[in-house]
Amino acid sequence: MADSYGIRIEGVRKRYGEGDTAVDALRHVDMQVAPGEVVGLIGPSGSGKSTLLKCLGAVIEPTAGRMILGEQVIYDDGWKIPDLRALRRDKIGFVFQAPYLIPFLDVTDNVALLPMLAGHSNAESRKRALELLQALDVGHRAKAMPSQLSGGEQQRVSIARALVNRPPVILADEPTAPLDSERALAVIRILNQMASQYETAIIVVTHDEKILPTFKRIYHIRDGKTHEEVGEGRGFD
Amino acid sequence: MISLAGRDILHGWGKFVFTGVGLGLLIGVTLTMAGVYRGMIDDAQVLIDNSGADLWVVQKDTLGPYAESSSLYEEIYRSIVIMPGVAQAVNVTYFTMQVRHGERDVRSMAVGIVPGETGQPGWPPYLVAGRQITHSHYEAVADIATGFKLGDRIKIRRNHYTVVGLTRRMVSSNGDPMVFIPLKDAQEAQFLKDNDAIVQNRRRTAENPNFNRPGVPGLLDAVIASQSGNPYVNAVLVSIKPGYTAEQVAEPIRRWKRLTVYTHAQMESILIEKLIATAAKQIGMFLVILALVSAAIVAFIIYTLTLGKIREIAVLKLIGTRNRTIAAMIMQQAIGLGLIGFAVGKIAATFWAPIFPKYVLLLPGDSLRGFVVVVVICALASVLAIRAALKVDPAEAIGG
Ligand SMILES: Nc1ncnc2c1ncn2[C@@H]1O[C@H](COP(=O)(O)OP(=O)(O)OP(=O)(O)O)[C@@H](O)[C@H]1O
Ligand SMILES: [Mg+2]
Repeated sequence: MADSYGIRIEGVRKRYGEGDTAVDALRHVDMQVAPGEVVGLIGPSGSGKSTLLKCLGAVIEPTAGRMILGEQVIYDDGWKIPDLRALRRDKIGFVFQAPYLIPFLDVTDNVALLPMLAGHSNAESRKRALELLQALDVGHRAKAMPSQLSGGEQQRVSIARALVNRPPVILADEPTAPLDSERALAVIRILNQMASQYETAIIVVTHDEKILPTFKRIYHIRDGKTHEEVGEGRGFD
Repeated sequence: MISLAGRDILHGWGKFVFTGVGLGLLIGVTLTMAGVYRGMIDDAQVLIDNSGADLWVVQKDTLGPYAESSSLYEEIYRSIVIMPGVAQAVNVTYFTMQVRHGERDVRSMAVGIVPGETGQPGWPPYLVAGRQITHSHYEAVADIATGFKLGDRIKIRRNHYTVVGLTRRMVSSNGDPMVFIPLKDAQEAQFLKDNDAIVQNRRRTAENPNFNRPGVPGLLDAVIASQSGNPYVNAVLVSIKPGYTAEQVAEPIRRWKRLTVYTHAQMESILIEKLIATAAKQIGMFLVILALVSAAIVAFIIYTLTLGKIREIAVLKLIGTRNRTIAAMIMQQAIGLGLIGFAVGKIAATFWAPIFPKYVLLLPGDSLRGFVVVVVICALASVLAIRAALKVDPAEAIGG
């Protein structure tokens, strides 16, 4: 495997609509997240955080700029890689504010679905899922249905789902919003562990004051422009 | 890969089973309607086959004796029986009426048959109990569907008959069970006028000066006697000798006797194309309506279930599920619903067919066709839901 760049975003712009009604959601975004690093992304409402995650998550196309995920250029001034679906499946893990687990699959299969979609056998996929669930301390709930889990457990399952295909990148959109501070910190701790264990580059969009001090680096986004800040990077102990 | 559709169905099986049972009852009705149609055709064929006739000689230019009324002079059979190729030519009458047994009326077709033996045209070809008619009056052989028992006393018009034999699958083209009685009794019953009419008729005849001539004393009595008999039958059933084709025998009868003659195939087409045609159209219309209603139910349910899963579908798309996989999931659910429905419908139809007040003939071929139609309808009905699912934007999973 070629060396991973983690996440590199250079001069990305995104304009919604055209003419008078056009909205410049992203004006100029530069960001770099190294493999194994967890950075925070904060900004007021409407500043473009979700837009940036959607561009990185390959569900909307930027208007200009360059984006690299892992060892791959995924967008370069109008050019994009052809199979965005496979890119999302193999290179990006998503964690949302709500866990959005599939209600009709049990915990194991919610996680194992991703390797299955990527073409791995059911047995192999479930084995990987169980390993991760155990690492995330929800292994004992592997056979439960999502509706039988607590909010924190569900969120850990959704993190397992984001990690299971060993993507070089994880995009987390307010993953701690519904959790109390203890659980929120636990989630961030897990993300940090996973980042260093699997060399994953992680962006965490957040409003959450509780977790801000844990980041070593924080990007501020305001009016569609990013500014880098050094965070407190306190860690957890 | 796991079956997403299967897991979803198992997870929400209550919804599926409920909808499936509802759909199944509809499918059951549909299968039954088809069975009623098959039963009508079968009844018609049985009617023709069991009559034992090769040719039906009827009143000129009528579609008798089953589809239209037909009346022939009773002596005509004598001139037919001597035609080339004719083995037997026998009179027969058919009329539908209420047969009374105790307090109960049974709608039946009374068949008047001439004395003879089993195997003669018009006779019930086999009995399940008792014996054939041996007396020339007041005996009857009834189809078991009438519910009569051996030895029962039944009343047709003014006369009582004893049930001496029972037969089965002898029905009119309407599906009414047959009751066989001696021809003479049947002629009388068929044309029997009420007492008032007889009296009025006699008076009118007596008042006619032409019949009441002083010089011809016996004339009035003779006229009245001839009026009260009934020298007509509905058809002459003909069986042909080996070595002749039906058409070979029919042709001269048509030409020389100026009568209408139908062969087996012609009679079948009269019954199926003319008599059953309207009923068949009604049933066909019902089948179309039921198919549309079933399709609407499946489409509505699957669409609603899919709309309830928009968020999950967005997530599935975001994490890289193919559109094809999602479409297959929805279509499989629709087909799954159809399968539950078909199973329920088939079982329901099988259970209620015997107690259905009409002969229901459930053919395996119809079930198979029904099965294919259900699967196709369900697949088509899922198109709406699939379109909705494919329109879901994976960006929705990320939200604002
Ligand atoms: N599909 C769209 N079409 C047009 N404008 C859009 C669209 N999506 C977002 N915008 C606009 O782009 C800007 C950035 O929106 P974005 O959702 O990225 O903000 P955000 O930082 O995620 O805000 P919040 O913290 O409230 O979630 C906003 O002005 C928004 O109105
Ligand atoms: Mg947002």
